[in-house]
Amino acid sequence: MTRLARLELTEDEVARFTEQLSAILEAVAKVSELDLANVEPTAHPLDVVNVWAEDEPRPSIPADDALANAPAREAGFFKVPPA
Amino acid sequence: MIDTLRLTAEAALGLLERGEVSAAELHRSYLDAIGERDDELHAYLRTVDAPNGAGVPIAFKDLISTRGVETTAGSKILEGFVPVYDATVVTRCREAGMPLLGKTNMDEFAMGSSTENSAYGPTRNPWDPERVPGGSSGGSAAAVTAGLAPWALGSDTGGSVKQPASLCGIVGLRPTYGTVSRYGIVAFASSLDQIGPMTKTVRDCALLYRIVAGRDPCDSTTVELPQPVEIPEREDLKGLRVGVPRELNEAEGIESGVKEVVERSIELCRQLGAEVGETSLPRSVEYGMPCYYLIAPAEASSNLARYDGVRYGLRVEGGDGIRAMYERTRDAGFGDEPKRRIMLGTYALSAGYYEAYYGQAQKVRTVIADEHAAAFRDFDVLVSPTSPTVAFKLGEKAENPLAMYLSDVLTIPSNMAGLPGLSIPCGLSDGLPVGLQLIGPQFSENTLFHVGYALERAIGFDFVPRRLQ
Repeated sequence: MTRLARLELTEDEVARFTEQLSAILEAVAKVSELDLANVEPTAHPLDVVNVWAEDEPRPSIPADDALANAPAREAGFFKVPPA
Repeated sequence: MIDTLRLTAEAALGLLERGEVSAAELHRSYLDAIGERDDELHAYLRTVDAPNGAGVPIAFKDLISTRGVETTAGSKILEGFVPVYDATVVTRCREAGMPLLGKTNMDEFAMGSSTENSAYGPTRNPWDPERVPGGSSGGSAAAVTAGLAPWALGSDTGGSVKQPASLCGIVGLRPTYGTVSRYGIVAFASSLDQIGPMTKTVRDCALLYRIVAGRDPCDSTTVELPQPVEIPEREDLKGLRVGVPRELNEAEGIESGVKEVVERSIELCRQLGAEVGETSLPRSVEYGMPCYYLIAPAEASSNLARYDGVRYGLRVEGGDGIRAMYERTRDAGFGDEPKRRIMLGTYALSAGYYEAYYGQAQKVRTVIADEHAAAFRDFDVLVSPTSPTVAFKLGEKAENPLAMYLSDVLTIPSNMAGLPGLSIPCGLSDGLPVGLQLIGPQFSENTLFHVGYALERAIGFDFVPRRLQ
């Protein structure tokens, strides 16, 4: 799970979270008590579908602004360690 | 000399309109109050010295992006992050001439019910600094309560506006989902997050809601309000049907002092002319909490994937390659609660578990919405305590995440259904404020303001903490 979540946890964290998450999982598993085979799922509380916007160009954020908070940048790009 | 402890935003507006005080003087009075009282309370993460605007100043929870002003969402992973654009709610407040006072403390990424999960230290309750202000919008709640801001915006996912408003003795509105723009808000659980006003009075709440609500082309989940916001004036409840859901009023863990104060308010509804009756939400309360703690972490695990050390925020180098950078950055940058929720959400969404957890929780959500809709066939508004307890002591629940989650057991069900909820102070128990939760159908904010205002007048709650008088 930590690989999927891209979290490198310390051994101490693993021990602490294992206990806490077991208790939480046990509590949330309660949803399985209900027989909801014929119930539709709700993903969103409002009955809003296919919201379209006018296809009009607007100014976007300048590249320099978009890069302003980057930990590392080079030649107008975000710079990262080798993949 | 302005008494910021007593001054409502509406009264401040009056002072400005009559020219009795300038916007700059008003702003300065709040900064002075912050200088005097915020060392103890720590409601603010940072203040803004240069007022721009001729209106009543405001404070924003620190997950609301403010152009040029650091915005951290209470997390180390966003330390030093300076937004390059304003959230739509900020733009609307600016357009209304409201100067920014500062950014308020919060549980990291709005995950918590006490503001103890802030990476920058906890906020304290102005009624008793040994106690929490609630959360996650605890900084905004404490600021309004202690006269450090005339009003503030918070955000509410599972109860993060209503619960701290309750614990601090102020008014908090969680609006109908989709009525206030989320553009420029640090996302936690997108199908639940809503920005809401936190104020001293119901009329202030309606005034601020009127400024921030409405459709925003930058947030496709927003809608136009069906009716304009009305500032409440009526002091009776004649013709109104008030429902008392059994499960929300008799849930395990509701303190007897809280119950008593809330029962008095329900009796007041009768005296004000309302028809009061019992109703039931049989599965909403029992299954609301488990449903929320699957859906919110699932959405959070996806939303928080963006904190990867690439585009903004913290980066921790070392190891070999980009993957090690991602993992180290996230381990160093996130506190315990976001990590727990990311793992829980990742698990709930993973192959083999998706249907049993996330899929099932989405169906429970339908059940909860249907149960509320059924109750609203007979009633205009539902009432209950906002929080099962008054403000608890710092550290009391810090080691037990599950106990902390139960703080929101009464606010979560209506949130899952996208319904608006207003919390108003309705009295004291053990010298600490108790909040009354008013829930209505979608887009019923005007009804909630009407009921809240009539009760506020009848209750006569003094919102200034006794120790500060």
